[in-house]
Amino acid sequence: MIETIATASLAVNENLNIQKRRIKNGNNKTRLSIVTGTHGDELEGQYLAYMLGKYIDEHIELFDGILDIYPALNPMGIDSITRGIPIFDLDMNRVFPGTKDGTMIEVICSSIIDDLSGSDVCIDIHASNIFLKEIPQIRMSVPTADTLLPYAKMLNVDFVWVHESATVLESTLAHTLNKIGTKTLVVEMGVGMRITKEYCQQLFDGILNLMKSLKMWKGETNSIREPIISIDHEVGFVNSDAAGIFIPFSKFGDIVKKGDHIGDVVDPLTSKIVEKIKAVCDGMIFTLREYPVVYGGSLLARILEPVKGGDTE
Amino acid sequence: MKKKILFSLKSPYREQLDVIGYKFGHGHKSIAIVGALRGNEIQQMYVCSRMIQELKKLESEGKILEECEILVIPCVNYYSMNLGKRFWTMDNTDINRMFPGYNLGETTQRIADGLFTKLQGYEYGIQLASFYQPGNFLPHVKIMDTGFTNAEIMKDFGLQFGIIRKPRPYDTTTLNYNWQIWETKAFSVYANATDNIDKKSADESVNAILRFMNNKGVINIKTSPGYITEIINESETQQIQSEAAGIFISLTEVGKIVERGTLIGKIINPFDGEVISEIRSSVSGIIYFEYHSPLINEKTVCFKIIK
Ligand SMILES: [Zn+2]
Repeated sequence: MIETIATASLAVNENLNIQKRRIKNGNNKTRLSIVTGTHGDELEGQYLAYMLGKYIDEHIELFDGILDIYPALNPMGIDSITRGIPIFDLDMNRVFPGTKDGTMIEVICSSIIDDLSGSDVCIDIHASNIFLKEIPQIRMSVPTADTLLPYAKMLNVDFVWVHESATVLESTLAHTLNKIGTKTLVVEMGVGMRITKEYCQQLFDGILNLMKSLKMWKGETNSIREPIISIDHEVGFVNSDAAGIFIPFSKFGDIVKKGDHIGDVVDPLTSKIVEKIKAVCDGMIFTLREYPVVYGGSLLARILEPVKGGDTE
Repeated sequence: MKKKILFSLKSPYREQLDVIGYKFGHGHKSIAIVGALRGNEIQQMYVCSRMIQELKKLESEGKILEECEILVIPCVNYYSMNLGKRFWTMDNTDINRMFPGYNLGETTQRIADGLFTKLQGYEYGIQLASFYQPGNFLPHVKIMDTGFTNAEIMKDFGLQFGIIRKPRPYDTTTLNYNWQIWETKAFSVYANATDNIDKKSADESVNAILRFMNNKGVINIKTSPGYITEIINESETQQIQSEAAGIFISLTEVGKIVERGTLIGKIINPFDGEVISEIRSSVSGIIYFEYHSPLINEKTVCFKIIK
């Protein structure tokens, strides 16, 4: 069943509609919500939404529960390759929880929260941005970790990043939902404007596994990897200091040692290397820059340090 | 006057970005004034350029008081201005959502940090601010209610209204908010326009800032008395939203006094011209914001009225 959960009139002969599809079978009232497309330049979730819905449709007899799929919270952004909401240049993930009597976007955000609240688990799928590629990972703030970690471990991601909470992040969809008791996990994977099929498959396996433990899925599941959890690790940030073109030497997922030469920033006009990029710590490269043009400050890589005194898993 | 490069950033394809500051007087860091942090804030840059003209004159006449230093930064993000963009050219981030900044962080965090280190320690900070929607404002001054800045000080600008805003989570990374956390009394001055120049409002803003400086003993001049500022909470202002979408026609203007029930605008069907919505004032008061764009969506703030 396809349902429009929020709508608003645009200036010229058009409505902005936020839609979801509900797949329901059996007597189990457990509800899983898959939401994506908050940032219009992130598309990994589009393919996952398609493949998950299709698979459940084809094996509906093995499904028992309610699956809600919201593929596009920001349809205008996806339409125009815009990260934020195009008309307002606003990051939608800074407007939640919204208000019922507010402006168009506030009202839409408020309707989205109303519709998602009460889900037993909600998965909010992001795809980094056009600049960086991310290994499949789940991010959560310290205060939510106790509640969310058991679910995060079921989702077949490589990495769970538990970070400090920041006031500015209080306006995200996930923060809002977690605050009202709807367990929401934020997945970051792949890169903006592209679809990485193997990552979608990886998370798909994780979602089936989660559904199995929620007693929503009676079919087969694949074996699940154990994620590295950042609580025992440090994350090293590699930023460029120079401006130019970034040429990486290391690959995504590589294990590096502190000081390893992982890339160069070069100047195409003078043909000079303007900065040699070194690993800031030992560990695994879990974020790597995809977009070559860099300024001082551009993030080039993130490195996950191994457990103190141990090896990288 | 001393013209100084406060912060520089190398670009792979363009001339280096130099954030320029103009310093007047010396000694105690009295007032810092910041103009365009975004590429569309032309009016904000223009007001600063006018301030620099005024301060040059005052300096040559010896009217800047001893032991007072004034810093004016007309424009930070001129890279975007030159390309007709609002936010940072490459990643579309907003410098005014990056404060206090981080010198080892992303590019716009570094710009915010480079700027903020030069803006700390001033007793007063004034930002020429803009609104995220196209519209006209009655010139007014606003503070973010952090408990640090006394709202009564807004009266020293002599603008018609001083507005107190309760900070929301996304406000915590703005310049105004962080200035206050670092103990600068910070004010946002709204000079009506953004991407075009409104001379009358620019005059009014320049006069208000000069009046403020005079009242604070930074300069010594004769200024017009200005208004007796009315201080109000933002939550007390009445917002009027569009109930339909289409072509927006305003039937009033900022500064006009309206009665409850007055027809102040209408929305017409963009194809056949039928009036689809009449916008009436829900209160009696003065119009201090007016939406300014031919097209309007549903549930868009089209007027703000001070009761
Ligand atoms: Zn995202």
